[in-house]
Amino acid sequence: MDNFGIENIIFLIVAAIGIGLFVWQIRKIRKNVLIGRDVELSDNSSERLNKMLLVAFGQQKMFKRMLPAVLHLFVYIGFLVINIEVLEILIDGIFGTHRVLGFMGPVYSALMFVNEILAALVIVACAIFLWRRNVTQVPRLARGVEMRAWPKLDANVILITEIVLMFALFAFNISDLKLAELKGHELAGSFPVSQLFVNAFGSDAGTLEAIATTGWWIHILGILAFMNYLPSSKHFHIIMAFPNVYFSKLLPKGKFATNPAITHEIKAMLDPSYQPPAPEVDAEGNPVMQRFGAKDVEDLSWKQLMDAYTCTECGRCTSVCPANITGKLLSPRKIIMDTRDRMEEKGEHPAIFRPNHYKELGVERVATTDEKTLLRGYITPEELWACTSCNACVESCPVNIDQLSTIMDLRRYLVLEESAAPASLNAMFTNIENNGAPWAFPASDRFNWAEELYVPSKN
Amino acid sequence: MENKRLVKVPTMAEMAANGEEPEVLFWVGCAGSFDDRYKRVTRAFVQILEHVGIKYAVLGTEESCTGDPAKRAGNEFLFQMQALTNIEVLNAYNIKKIVTACPHCFNTIKNEYPDLGGNYEVIHHSTFLQQLINEGKVKMQGGGEFKGKRITYHDSCYLGRANDIYEAPRDVLAALDADLVEMKRSRANGLCCGAGGAQMFKEPEPGNKDINIERTEEALATLGTGNGVIATACPFCMVMMNDGVKNKEQEENVKVFDIAELIAQAEGLTK
Repeated sequence: MDNFGIENIIFLIVAAIGIGLFVWQIRKIRKNVLIGRDVELSDNSSERLNKMLLVAFGQQKMFKRMLPAVLHLFVYIGFLVINIEVLEILIDGIFGTHRVLGFMGPVYSALMFVNEILAALVIVACAIFLWRRNVTQVPRLARGVEMRAWPKLDANVILITEIVLMFALFAFNISDLKLAELKGHELAGSFPVSQLFVNAFGSDAGTLEAIATTGWWIHILGILAFMNYLPSSKHFHIIMAFPNVYFSKLLPKGKFATNPAITHEIKAMLDPSYQPPAPEVDAEGNPVMQRFGAKDVEDLSWKQLMDAYTCTECGRCTSVCPANITGKLLSPRKIIMDTRDRMEEKGEHPAIFRPNHYKELGVERVATTDEKTLLRGYITPEELWACTSCNACVESCPVNIDQLSTIMDLRRYLVLEESAAPASLNAMFTNIENNGAPWAFPASDRFNWAEELYVPSKN
Repeated sequence: MENKRLVKVPTMAEMAANGEEPEVLFWVGCAGSFDDRYKRVTRAFVQILEHVGIKYAVLGTEESCTGDPAKRAGNEFLFQMQALTNIEVLNAYNIKKIVTACPHCFNTIKNEYPDLGGNYEVIHHSTFLQQLINEGKVKMQGGGEFKGKRITYHDSCYLGRANDIYEAPRDVLAALDADLVEMKRSRANGLCCGAGGAQMFKEPEPGNKDINIERTEEALATLGTGNGVIATACPFCMVMMNDGVKNKEQEENVKVFDIAELIAQAEGLTK
């Protein structure tokens, strides 16, 4: 592609369509996330930035599990660095240049060198990941009611695509290298892997030209297609991980949200002279009625909805959940995946939309109803009541998803709007109301523990 | 105890009547007040407070549930009723510093009361004991009852992950000169006892095992054969681990103690 020609025009059109389609999908997702309640999370920007650098950019929490962390690191760094070559491919494609960044000399050589090594490591890592998913079937990746057909297929599509993209890159480099050799000039850059296979495609210049062009096109078309696959896929985490960590909770994990509307109500009850602030009004001046707790996606905050788009379904949360470990239905990953499915059912949906509802799949254990809401339509009370609020899921998530906050908001709705707590919990509530303790002991006995208590005297 | 004296636990009402203020308010909590097993922990902690001569007080019958189990069960309304009432009592007494042996009370008062107008320095008894040991106020010269004994510490979720307190209880145990062994799932990766999130007050949902059994099995495997101690720092964890040990018929070999009880015993305060 040494001259500007019809190929460049085709490339420009394809790239414009690919990028346009991506922007269109991103706007849909943005709209979905904004279904959520507003919540103020723009405080402490330097602490947030730090957290983003450590957890998202620095992959800090991945390293709780060494093997997947190292393999994932190959793919992650590969993604970051190889994108510089993709930039070159874009420029070459638009202007008909060839290896336009080659002028950088040794810097370019070093970049190509690193690229080749990383591309090889990406292939190895993705192959191992495929093995772990499909052959050894690591439980957190293979099991669980939420691991329906689509999530499993999605994971394999991603891994195979990444391998194909890397092979296309090698095909391009190998034939480019051989062509340069045949022409007797030196190709800008250093290609340690391609050098090993330099004779793989023979020495016919025409064939090599064709392979180089095909490799180049597969790589760039693959990237454009993959980019447009992201919004429908768990692989969207490569973008969402960054904002999601930035906006994650900075407070101690034990601090649960306080609902100020309830505070006003109680204060007015305790003190008749208390003046609660005027209720929020919408554009038409009607008071905004907000549910206590969450029944559907619009009752969750935009951050909780963003969590759903960030989840890469790795199942670390579920694998450390005490309820799940002991065979209960609760799976924190399912809570997050259900939120995404419901959000797309209710709001906009991206190019590929495959919600795979439990009911139509006949997943009997999940006793959902026909209600078109997140609660009961997707997530059942049985799951919510199995949570011990231990924060193990939150701690384990490499991209700082707060599964517990969504579980708690759904629980709040059950209790505050439906009075649908299990009977034993209602008894506990009554005890607290009547005698200030969760057990049925008279409040007047509260200090009895102090009777007949002795300590050694000091003299 | 040959030379012993009867403790008269001071209440805030009495102190306020005498125009006095305590250095620290001991928030006993519902389990510490009513649960027969955990009352022993409350008493052990008071023995330590008396022993080191700190000016403390309790609310006595003026104390009420912090609202934690209501909040975790989703009953925000009842939680805030409890919280606002408690805050009124605490603020009326001008309380500044609170110590408690319950991680749930600790978490709720420390993290959730400020939004509702209750601002105090709140400290869990594990940190408090650690400070007493560091300051040399507790020396454990009472006789190394636990010296060389196998002890494993079970992390409370509301102390550990919820508030990042992992080392204080371990430092306290280290002062016993015991053989501390860690379970595979510990600190940030600790496994819940099964009681959090108001599970303490309900039957578990359908599954194939109870969480406290899973955790007890891990603790027993870590302690190995022979006698050992599971150390806890939370009333609910204590109930769950005790039940687990009984279920495994190991109560002859393995005892469950709160860290305050271990210190009080080692210091010779309970004899």
